Amino acid sequence: MKKRVLGAAAIFAAAALTLAGCSGSTGSGSGGDAGGSITYWASNQGTSLQNDKDVLQPLLDKFTAQTGVKVNLEVIGWNDLQTRIQTAVTSGVGPDVVNIGNTWATSFQATGAFLPFDDSAMGAIGGADKFASTALSTGGAAGQTATSVPLYGYAYGLYYNKAMFAAAGLTPPTTWEEMVADGKKLTDPSKGVWGTSIEAGSYTENNHFAFITSAQNGGSFFDGSGTPTFTESQNVDGIKRYLDLMQTDKIADPADAQYSTGTESIANFAKGTAAMIFNQNNAEANLTADGMDASQYGVVPIPAPSAGKPAASFIAGINLSVFKNTKNKDAALKFVNFITSADTQSALGKPFSSIPVLKDATPTFTTDPAIATTFSNIYNNLSEPLPTVPLEASFETEVGNAMNTLFATVATGGSVSTSDIESALSTAQEKVAASN
Amino acid sequence: MVLTTEKPEAAPMRAASGPNRVKPSAKKRPKGWWLPFALIAPAIVFELLIHVIPMVVGIWMSFIKLTQFYIANWSAAPFVGLGNYQIAVNFDGAQGQALLSSFLITCGFTVLVVGLSWGLGMAAAVALQKAFRGRAIFRTMFLIPYAVPMYAGIITWKFMFQQNTGVINQILGSLHLIDPNNPPFWLIGNNAFGAMVIVAIWKLWPFAFLMLMAGLQTINEDLYEAASLDGAKPFRQWRNITLPGLGAVNNVLLLVLFLWTFNDFNTPFILFGGGEPPAGDLISFHIYNTSFITLNFGFGAAMSVLLLLFLMLVSAIYLVSINRRSRRA
Repeated sequence: MKKRVLGAAAIFAAAALTLAGCSGSTGSGSGGDAGGSITYWASNQGTSLQNDKDVLQPLLDKFTAQTGVKVNLEVIGWNDLQTRIQTAVTSGVGPDVVNIGNTWATSFQATGAFLPFDDSAMGAIGGADKFASTALSTGGAAGQTATSVPLYGYAYGLYYNKAMFAAAGLTPPTTWEEMVADGKKLTDPSKGVWGTSIEAGSYTENNHFAFITSAQNGGSFFDGSGTPTFTESQNVDGIKRYLDLMQTDKIADPADAQYSTGTESIANFAKGTAAMIFNQNNAEANLTADGMDASQYGVVPIPAPSAGKPAASFIAGINLSVFKNTKNKDAALKFVNFITSADTQSALGKPFSSIPVLKDATPTFTTDPAIATTFSNIYNNLSEPLPTVPLEASFETEVGNAMNTLFATVATGGSVSTSDIESALSTAQEKVAASN
Repeated sequence: MVLTTEKPEAAPMRAASGPNRVKPSAKKRPKGWWLPFALIAPAIVFELLIHVIPMVVGIWMSFIKLTQFYIANWSAAPFVGLGNYQIAVNFDGAQGQALLSSFLITCGFTVLVVGLSWGLGMAAAVALQKAFRGRAIFRTMFLIPYAVPMYAGIITWKFMFQQNTGVINQILGSLHLIDPNNPPFWLIGNNAFGAMVIVAIWKLWPFAFLMLMAGLQTINEDLYEAASLDGAKPFRQWRNITLPGLGAVNNVLLLVLFLWTFNDFNTPFILFGGGEPPAGDLISFHIYNTSFITLNFGFGAAMSVLLLLFLMLVSAIYLVSINRRSRRA
């Protein structure tokens, strides 16, 4: 009896390791036969995992026909992707090629588990010159050989409902203050209509806005040496400004504090219960599915305060990495070359609503040329890279979660002051520093 | 397999040191002597693989600085001795404070969930002890939460607890218990604790019910008859007959409920998804977040070892006190 109980506790104590062990005993991911076969983990970019498979498989078949290399595709949802990659790194058993959120690039680079794209590897995939410089800058820490190359580009924009703006006699805002004023005019809680709808329970979204609002204030979350500087006043003020959309401006429904899937605010926008949303440029597929045609909305850069810097987004997107321990490096690089080629990129741009990461490529992610121009401008001229430091992934989680809690406080009737934000950030900073 | 190769060496040794009448010979071994070892070997191998080795590795991990810089090559991770433990128990630091608050939340959660699950299970088991029409239906119904796949059950609760669309706020609103224009949140803020407790009880109490119901079958009906002839009221009967009769069942049941609840991971993980509210930060969930999300496996392992020590200590005290009591009885 006693033994069993202790055993039960033991299982738990080693939970992390058992997880790694499980995948460790299943053998290598790649087939390793003569013609070559590689395993590719794709992230979920389409409307569902199946949709991703349907989009990618014909292209992979084409690749196999060209090169004789077989590709085993697995599409992994965002909830699992980071953990799966970490498990693969920890156990040394994983795919050959993997999609990563480009903001993780430096954190993963620090593990040393990924193939550096040095001159010869870059040459094998068609040279660094083929990529747009904005996209390429997300590949890893500055001054080190990048361990990832860009695959899909994304950027934030402010989507506004044309009819609602016209009815209220408004034009799209060009400053944060105008946006708040417009939002107030459009908000009518008695009808369930709000100026904006935000994913206030999503730690990733919250973290993105901590970064964007801080960048608008000229702040940053890390100093030049990679040391966290979370409690800088620019960061605190930026987060306050974003929280105030719900707290003092009251242009966001407190119910938003529970939104975390990234689709609830889009649905509200499509229904006309929110006049504006902040979203990356891949909203079109969801909006269409929710019954809103591209002609009914416009997009402008997320405005900065009149005294601030015109930062409207971070350089969002998906990068591609190759595991260093791949048994089939040549085939893996051939595959990277293929999927970042002009033809493949233009074929994937529409289904995955991505901004081209190649130089001089034509955007295919939207049917509306005005929206395409706006997003290309935001991506190439108004976006800043998230901190390229190894602690980036911890920063995203800790600051994002701290903001979830602050939004929850606001939504449940509490109030959040500047000093509350400061102390939350100071706790987050201490935790992040501890994992260095 | 390890054992079967070790045994032949052990046998001659014993023979050599023993009295002379034992002849040192393998012939002496009865036919099929290896069978018991062969039969037990798989169990031993899997016990080692599944319990012992991961545990030892986990303990080793807790002494090294296994962060993102070293997870691809564990052997390069610097040895930090008790460094990870020092961070965990430094309650002035952010990590120690977070661990302490998570520990206290887990203690409160465990007391409520185990207490109420046991109470509900006991009440239902006693209520269904006497045969009546439709008893089988109730018994089956009460076991449904235990039969529903855990993920499906908890995700359903998650839908029901939504603030604006959830059925719980609709019911409360139609009963005029809450302001329908300003319904409470259940999954964020401090209410999250209550929501988590409710879901955990819903999930756990059928097990208590099942165990206690089985235990009740072993109590002799005559005792109750004799007691009612002596004029004992139902509560007195329950205290003096039912409870002592269930002693052995309760000893095991409470310990198992405690361990399961204290280690509960699924409830907060599924109920809150990625962003957990501080009020729902159970300890196993907390350790998971530290290990996987902030890539600090050494620190996570140190907290796991502390948790293991705590659970071992509680279990040991519990078992010792029960043994004493049963010896006295």
